[in-house]
Amino acid sequence: MWTLFHKFGSPKWFYGMANKLMPWLLVLGVGLLVAGLVWGLAFAPKDYLQGNSYRIIFIHVPSAFLAQSVYIMMAVAALVTLVWRMKLADLFVRSVAPVGAVLTFLALFTGAVWGKPTWGTWWIWDARLTSMLILLFLYFGVIVLGSAISDDKGSARAVAVLILVGVVNIPIIKYSVEWWNTLHQPATFKLTEKPSMPPEMWVPLLLSVLGLYLWFGWLACYRMQTEILWRERRTRWVRDLVQEGGH
Amino acid sequence: MMAFDSLSAFWAMEGHGPYVWVCYGAFVLFLSGLALWSRSRRNAVLREQRRLLRLEEAGAPAQAPAAASFSRIHPS
Repeated sequence: MWTLFHKFGSPKWFYGMANKLMPWLLVLGVGLLVAGLVWGLAFAPKDYLQGNSYRIIFIHVPSAFLAQSVYIMMAVAALVTLVWRMKLADLFVRSVAPVGAVLTFLALFTGAVWGKPTWGTWWIWDARLTSMLILLFLYFGVIVLGSAISDDKGSARAVAVLILVGVVNIPIIKYSVEWWNTLHQPATFKLTEKPSMPPEMWVPLLLSVLGLYLWFGWLACYRMQTEILWRERRTRWVRDLVQEGGH
Repeated sequence: MMAFDSLSAFWAMEGHGPYVWVCYGAFVLFLSGLALWSRSRRNAVLREQRRLLRLEEAGAPAQAPAAASFSRIHPS
């Protein structure tokens, strides 16, 4: 168990593993994403209430979903950083924080553009929108704090603490549509219930969510590899890799 | 079955076209931007490492002053 744990935490092992996984993640991710989006954009029936503006859901929901998932993954990695001081966990946090920030921004942006024809306003200060905005600031905080402290170990711990404190925001985002009155519609998918949409709508949505997840997996691997190449630049194996003209 | 009768109807989406297309455009733009930015960082890291290795082979100290200029690109 512990040997496995250490093997898993070794940057070299991760680098090789990622190389094997990445082509699958990229091809499957982009494939599902394109399939889901084309289906949603051109073939799914129009919503009887919202008309065609609801087609924004096929990018809004995957972005928002992943924006929160990435934060939860970062929180798990932060815990691992604090408890086991595993290098790879901090590498993960640094590599994905900008990706999470972009996804959160996309969720807010597409939400605003969707809100205009649907609610008649781009923005309101309600619980769901405000807590998502706080998530965006949390991502910015993680990025800025990480680059402000030059000592690697010190900044890893500071970033981990910030992430763990910010986790409190995640259940607020999730339940905001139930706890407070809001213009925002309730969750599209629930694990315990059948979706309230017809399959011609939720199947493409599910495809694009899965596709974006896999694509994120690819990007996370790629960015972590870059991070490893830099931080481990003095090790033998990275030197050999670079000299061979490896990628 | 396509949900629209014609290509122009597909563009217009009964007046919701601009909203929908702006969102899809932003999505594609930002995601490909992330991928391209990540690739340029990878290339910057590799370039800098090859340079450091060359310096080392030439007998210069590994931490040449140029390492400082690289910290501005900020690979970490």
